[in-house]
Amino acid sequence: MSASVETVKSVEAATGGEYKYGFYTDIESELAPKGLNKDIVRFISAKKEEPKWLLDWRLKAFQLWLNSAAEEPGWANVRYAPIDYQDAYYYAAPKKGETPKSLDEVDPVLLETYEKLGIPLKEQELLAGVAVDAVFDSVSVATTFKGKLGELGIVFCPISEAVKTHPELVQKYLGSVVPAADNFYATLNSAVFSDGSFVYIPKGVRCPMELSTYFRINAAETGQFERTLIIADVGAHVSYLEGCTAPMRSEHQLHAAVVELVALDDAEIKYSTVQNWYPGDKEGRGGIYNFVTKRGACRGRNSKISWTQVETGSAITWKYPSVILQGDHSTGEFYSVAITNNYQQADTGTKMIHIGRNTSSTIISKGISAGHGQQTYRGLVRVLGKADNARNYTRCDSLLIGEKCGGHTVPYIEAKNRTAKIEHEATTSKISDDQLFYCRQRGLSDEDAVSLIVNGFCKEVLQKLPMEFAVEAQKLLGISLEGAVG
Amino acid sequence: MLEIRDLHTVVDGKPILRGVNLKIVAGEVHAVMGPNGSGKSTLAYVLAGREGYQADRGEVLYDGKMLLELTPEERARAGLFLAFQYPVEIPGVANATFLRTAVNAARSARGEEELSAMAFLKEARTKLKQLRMDESFLNRQVNVGFSGGEKKRNEIFQMAMLEPRLAVLDETDSGLDIDALKIVADGINRLRGAGRAMLVITHYQRLLDYTVPDRVHVLAEGRIVRSGGKELAIELEKKGYAEFSSAA
Ligand SMILES: Nc1ncnc2c1ncn2[C@@H]1O[C@H](COP(=O)(O)OP(=O)(O)OP(=O)(O)O)[C@@H](O)[C@H]1O
Ligand SMILES: [Mg+2]
Repeated sequence: MSASVETVKSVEAATGGEYKYGFYTDIESELAPKGLNKDIVRFISAKKEEPKWLLDWRLKAFQLWLNSAAEEPGWANVRYAPIDYQDAYYYAAPKKGETPKSLDEVDPVLLETYEKLGIPLKEQELLAGVAVDAVFDSVSVATTFKGKLGELGIVFCPISEAVKTHPELVQKYLGSVVPAADNFYATLNSAVFSDGSFVYIPKGVRCPMELSTYFRINAAETGQFERTLIIADVGAHVSYLEGCTAPMRSEHQLHAAVVELVALDDAEIKYSTVQNWYPGDKEGRGGIYNFVTKRGACRGRNSKISWTQVETGSAITWKYPSVILQGDHSTGEFYSVAITNNYQQADTGTKMIHIGRNTSSTIISKGISAGHGQQTYRGLVRVLGKADNARNYTRCDSLLIGEKCGGHTVPYIEAKNRTAKIEHEATTSKISDDQLFYCRQRGLSDEDAVSLIVNGFCKEVLQKLPMEFAVEAQKLLGISLEGAVG
Repeated sequence: MLEIRDLHTVVDGKPILRGVNLKIVAGEVHAVMGPNGSGKSTLAYVLAGREGYQADRGEVLYDGKMLLELTPEERARAGLFLAFQYPVEIPGVANATFLRTAVNAARSARGEEELSAMAFLKEARTKLKQLRMDESFLNRQVNVGFSGGEKKRNEIFQMAMLEPRLAVLDETDSGLDIDALKIVADGINRLRGAGRAMLVITHYQRLLDYTVPDRVHVLAEGRIVRSGGKELAIELEKKGYAEFSSAA
């Protein structure tokens, strides 16, 4: 039948079906010409029918990026050949004319793709209580439960749409947490960002369902640069989940996203990620370069932002979801599980910047390395002069499986206020032969034993995920570590 | 049920088992005693299939199967249980989760349906009650922070849940207070019976007062040097192992 079915089969045959999401959807794409220059930026902006202010914003970012070309971060503990930014596509969209107005208008091939990924987009089939926005390459293809959310004044839509329907909100908050000049990849994203989700929860509203965005890279040699912006107004609450997959390809693909969160007085944002981009094969060929900037601003008094991430995919992960604790009594949390198997590399952690009074932050990081995987926890806790009574508790645990992997911890602590209380604990352990034998003597296979031990190791973090996804994440941990022992 | 024939094992370049012969019929309980370092745990590990403890010569028949050709998990699923001399800690994993995974692994292997969380819990509570053990055992992490005696009792609880056909208990009675010793003996006695066999490794006659063995063997310098009835254990308690030592 179609090429996509064959691709799925051959990919499965080649890999023993370990990465379940490695298939490729055969759908005609509209691509911008390869390379990156002002015209490409203009092309993207025109495709999205953006207002002038946004085009100008992009062009300014592009200029910054050109100026900062020498500042591609080199400090992370990861290794890769230089990226040729001119040898990639910066815009890819399924060819199908207009943006669909309702689910009925979405290309059935796309609906099928998401089914295969376990994300049915037809509302009646959806998990009750989860609204989904699906982003395929550079565009959002479907957002569910829009009507129901609309009744509460909640805006949940592609950011490209929000630019048109809620320009004042977008203009006010876009780049307000991660400025265009923030870092090399964020600057690049600001110039060429494709699509992503926009969420606004009005004053006093508790979002009645989980909001979730599902990102999919499909086209070859294409970068994905999504941009997500979430605003919780005074007293608003929202829980948001992001999932990601990509086909298996032998070349590396760049993913440089920016996520900005803003929490006003008494607002709470819980942001969970299950990142399962294609990690590359056993020899380290292919896989996604996941260079992502995620930051939340607790602008309001008593506000709270909580990041939970389960990072199992990508060839390289470079990611530090952070919280700026501006409001007095605000709270920041970071719960992370990261797995590196085969030749995966991850340099990940968080930054907690205490600015307001009586602010507190918690960091729990669980790193698991197997095969030749290399992993670094890099975390910054900074307490500014006026941040009286700041509290931080950090705990970093590394688990090593086998002899050839590595786990490293690089904590930075800067306290400019004497009242700060900062605690840091770190451990490194191994799955011992004794543990494996004990499990196997009770009838568990090697793989079940590793999965059980790893899940036990990560429990504190997995418990923070919304129920439906915790189960999914547990399975994913097992799959990601297949072949790690024995 | 179990037949060990001329079993030789070299551990870390050192010959430890040097021709062990032992036969256990279904329904019987055999005790193995012997001086420290004589190879008792080694024998248990060889039976369970621990890496580094392979047989260099000889064979073991279990229910007519060549036991040594199976992986450790295959042996476990076929009903072989080892109560460890030093039970292992698994941080973060609840005892209940661990045991349910184990019980279901054995059930799947037998082609039976897996136990639901509820059914498992009910069964576990019944067994805990029989063994006069606290329900909190279920929520605690596997052996983490357990006292020596608690670890041993946890092994007995696992054995009760898994209902093995052949149980090898490696000094499960060591370090127990009198009450715990009775609990352990009780756990053994409950499983005792037709169709099941046990190999109880011990240093003390005390346990054997509560759970009377059909046979007692002395393992010294890698061989079974003497076998007898219950009275052999009493004799050993009095005289020690001097007569079996080549150094004597
Ligand atoms: N992994 C190993 N590496 C080196 N030597 C070992 C190893 N395992 C066992 N041995 C040695 O084999 C011999 C027998 O050990 P084993 O543990 O079987 O004795 P045991 O009869 O169970 O003793 P105990 O009564 O003290 O438990 C000892 O000399 C011990 O040091
Ligand atoms: Mg021993």
